[in-house]
Amino acid sequence: MDGDAGDTLATVDLKAEYETSGVREILDELERELIGLAPVKQRIRETAALLLVDRARRELGLAHETPTLHMSFTGNPGTGKTTVALKMAGLLHRLGYVRKGHLVSVTRDDLVGQYIGHTAPKTKEVLKKAMGGVLFIDEAYYLYKPDNERDYGQEAIEILLQVMENNRDDLVVIMAGYADRMDRFFAANPGFRSRIAHHIEFPDYTDEELGRISASMLEGQGYAFDEGGRQAMEEYIRLRREQPHFANARSIRNALDRARLRQANRLFSADGPVDARALSTITEADIRPSRVFSGGLDTDGHRADAD
Amino acid sequence: MRITQGCFSFLPDLTDEQIRAQVEYILSREWAVGIEFTDEPHPRNTYWEMWGNPMFDLKDAKGVMMELDECRKAHGDSYIRINAFDSTRGWETVMMSFIVNRPASEPSLRTWRTEADGRHIRYTHELVGR
Repeated sequence: MDGDAGDTLATVDLKAEYETSGVREILDELERELIGLAPVKQRIRETAALLLVDRARRELGLAHETPTLHMSFTGNPGTGKTTVALKMAGLLHRLGYVRKGHLVSVTRDDLVGQYIGHTAPKTKEVLKKAMGGVLFIDEAYYLYKPDNERDYGQEAIEILLQVMENNRDDLVVIMAGYADRMDRFFAANPGFRSRIAHHIEFPDYTDEELGRISASMLEGQGYAFDEGGRQAMEEYIRLRREQPHFANARSIRNALDRARLRQANRLFSADGPVDARALSTITEADIRPSRVFSGGLDTDGHRADAD
Repeated sequence: MRITQGCFSFLPDLTDEQIRAQVEYILSREWAVGIEFTDEPHPRNTYWEMWGNPMFDLKDAKGVMMELDECRKAHGDSYIRINAFDSTRGWETVMMSFIVNRPASEPSLRTWRTEADGRHIRYTHELVGR
C-alpha cells in the first residue's frame, strides 16, 4: 500500500506477502522433506492460499471474523500426520493465526482423568499449555466411548468443544486418527464436525515411496544401502505390506533399526579391522534374516511388529 | 488505604493488557507462573493461598490470563498476585511478584511505636478496618 491518502485504492500484493511471510519457506520445506503425500501437500497449499487471501482481506477491512482453522487429519498409522501437523503449526504461525506456533501432542491419557473431578483440571492444563499454538490430539476417537455412558471422555469433549468455539484466536485443534473411526467419532459428536473446517486425508505410501523414505531415513543417520541391500529392502517392503500391523513409514523405521542391529553384530563377529565404509553400509545380509522373508510374524498377537 | 507490595507497587494498577505483557516477559525467561490470593495483605503474611497449581511449560500468556479470570470470578474481593518462580539451580526463588487485583475497599495499616529496654524502639503494624 502506498502512503497516498484517499482516492487511490489500497492494494495488497499477494505474491510479496507469500514471500515475506515465510509461507513459501514452509511449503518448500514440506515439499523437500516429505516424500509422496501429493494430495496432502495440495490441500496444504490450498489452505495456505486461503489463509493468505483471508489475511489480505482483513488488512483491507473486508473481513473481521477469525476463520475456523480446526482440522482433522485422517489416515493409517505412519503416514506422516504428526510431521505434517508440525509444519502446519509453523505455517499458521508465519501467517499470524497462532501467536507462538508450538505443537502440543496429546492422546486420551493426557486429557481424561481416572476418577470424578480429575478430567476437567487435566484437560484445562493441556489447553493452557497449547494456548498460542496447535493442539494435536492423536487417535481422538478414544475420547468417546459410546458403550460406557459414565466415561469421563465426554467431559473432556465438552471442554474441548467450548474452547474450540470461544478461543479460536488462541489455539488451533488438530484431531488425527484412522479414517473410518474418525468418521464414526464425528457422526456421534456433531459438535466437532461443525467446528472442523479442514479435513485432510493421508493416503498410504506406495512401495516406491517407502523405498525412497527408507533411503532418506538411513541417510539421516549417516548410513547407506549398497546395491544388494537396496533390492532386499524393496522386496522387504513388498512383503511387509501384506502382513499384519503394517504401519507405513513407522514399519520401515523399525525395520531399519533392526537392520542396524544386525549390521553391528555382523561387523562385531567378523574378524579384522573395519573401515568407515563398512561401518556405514547396510547390506543384503542385514535385511534378509528378517522374519518377514520367512512367512512373516506369527499372527496370534504375541508380537506387535515384524522382526 | 491503598496497599502496596511487590513489583510496580508505585505505579497505578496494571491493566489486563499490561499484566499480559508482564506474563509474556515471565514466560520468555522460562519462569513458572503462580497465582495467589489472600484477604490479609499484612506485609508479614507470606502465606497467601494458591489458586490451582503453579504453571510450568506454558508458551503463551493466555493460559495465565484464563486462570486469573477464574480466580477473579471466585475471589474478586481479595488481593490476587502473580508470582514468577525461577527453578534454575542456584536461584530457585521468586523472581517477580505483583498485585493484579485488590478489593473494592481496602483495610489500612496502623503503626504502633513502643519504647523497649534502653533506647530501643519497636514498631508493630496492625491491619485495621475496611
